[in-house]
Amino acid sequence: MAELIDLVLLAMLALTALRIIFLKDLFAVVMLFGIYSFLSALIFINLDAVDVAFTEASVGAGISTVLMLGTLALTGRKEKKNSHSSLLPLLVVTVTGAALIYGTLDMPPFGDPDNPVHQHVAPRYIEESPQEIGLPNMVTSVLASYRAFDTLGEVVVVFAAAIGVLALLGIRRKKDSDLESGLKEHKVLHVIAKIVIPHVILFALYVQFHGDFGPGGGFQAGVIAAAAFILYALVFGLPNTLAVASPKFLQWMASFGVLLYAGVGLVSMIKGGQFLDYNKLAADPIAGQHYGIIIIELGVGITVFAVMLSIFYAFSSQAERSNVQ
Amino acid sequence: MFILDIVSSILLIAGVFFGFSGAVGLFKFPDFFTRVHAASVTDSIAAILVISGLLLQTSFDLNTAKLVFILLFLMITSPTASHALAKSARHGGLLTLAEAKTENKGADDKQEQAH
Amino acid sequence: MTEVLAAACIAILVVMAIALARAFKAPTVYDRILGVNMFGTKTVLFIAAVGFLMGRPDFLDIAIVYALINFIGMVAVLRFFEYTAPAE
Repeated sequence: MAELIDLVLLAMLALTALRIIFLKDLFAVVMLFGIYSFLSALIFINLDAVDVAFTEASVGAGISTVLMLGTLALTGRKEKKNSHSSLLPLLVVTVTGAALIYGTLDMPPFGDPDNPVHQHVAPRYIEESPQEIGLPNMVTSVLASYRAFDTLGEVVVVFAAAIGVLALLGIRRKKDSDLESGLKEHKVLHVIAKIVIPHVILFALYVQFHGDFGPGGGFQAGVIAAAAFILYALVFGLPNTLAVASPKFLQWMASFGVLLYAGVGLVSMIKGGQFLDYNKLAADPIAGQHYGIIIIELGVGITVFAVMLSIFYAFSSQAERSNVQ
Repeated sequence: MFILDIVSSILLIAGVFFGFSGAVGLFKFPDFFTRVHAASVTDSIAAILVISGLLLQTSFDLNTAKLVFILLFLMITSPTASHALAKSARHGGLLTLAEAKTENKGADDKQEQAH
Repeated sequence: MTEVLAAACIAILVVMAIALARAFKAPTVYDRILGVNMFGTKTVLFIAAVGFLMGRPDFLDIAIVYALINFIGMVAVLRFFEYTAPAE
């Protein structure tokens, strides 16, 4: 049964990819990319990788689609006619593809329990983490405690992305706010958005603090909370959203999240452990782990939320400005 | 328990049937506004039936609450999305089948007059 | 009961495929958006049903995310479509 579903989903994924290549209408391409992300998230679900599916659904299908749409508003929706000869690219692609397929021949068989990936560190995490950390969701234990350095790196990368986007685009505030903005005509959407947005934020908080027990965590929660604000911006217009969460405030929040994360590491060093060694945070090592994980997940969530929203502001304010002129 | 299973099966099958008919309507109906009608109405009823069928499989815990949340959310957002889409299409100048026909007729008449 | 759930999953998958076909090839761009939207709502039902089929009710969290993201994506498409409408 699971194999059948997998096959059908993979076939749909391949068809979507092919369709994307041949479509000339970039607006439709972006929508199909959203479907592509949904489909890959479904495959992750089918492989029981629930946390990954969560991230793919919220980041890949949600935020990326919105950002790509914002870009299209700036660049126009027709694909440019390619005037170059496509022979050399075809050759490069064929050679690379052949090399990649040749490389996969050396890969261990799919789903074999003797594969190196199942032998290396995974058994240790599965056997030891209930005693060492004691969280029901092992992915959170690995992500936030065993691999805390990696996760800190990821958060810093997200933060750096925000710095890059803001340095390149910047957020332009419109002085004259009487310009057409938001979906003014859609009265029904206004009412429904007011009902939906608080629940989305509530759900984001649930994902944030339930990440220890089920799928979810700081990354996903930050993205979902940002999605709520993006919905507000889409329906009620960007100036209103800028009044709710100003870009300055978001910049402070983004840095605060990274500092919170690194601060946990410093506190654990002050208490006599290694950097990000949560065992020392409380008298009981397991309680210390729980405190550490909750605090750093909060830091991750705050940073991701602020960064995603800042990037959306940057794209969206450019789009509104260029369409006014 | 046995009766619950039967009721749940019936609800699931009915829900899937409506979903399927909506998908067929997406291709069979003649113009965009009838197609929106097919898609949105069956979307709502399919969601209600399938999720009710699944609700009967739960044992009143967190999953029940989550399913109810999904149901309410879909009930609110899916008709809204269809409405907004139809409104946008209308705004964008898409005509219903009847209007398109009269318009074509008018254009034909004008052409004949020009001849 | 498992058989019915499995059959329902497969049938929803078929409906998703049809909606996908509409999104692939549509007479107007609005039809395409309609197909994408239908695909999204059916996916929510699919995840919920598969979660029960596999005995993993954790999946319901993801179904909620799908429902949220689907709605927000839909609104975003309508919003930016106003900007990028082609001069036909």
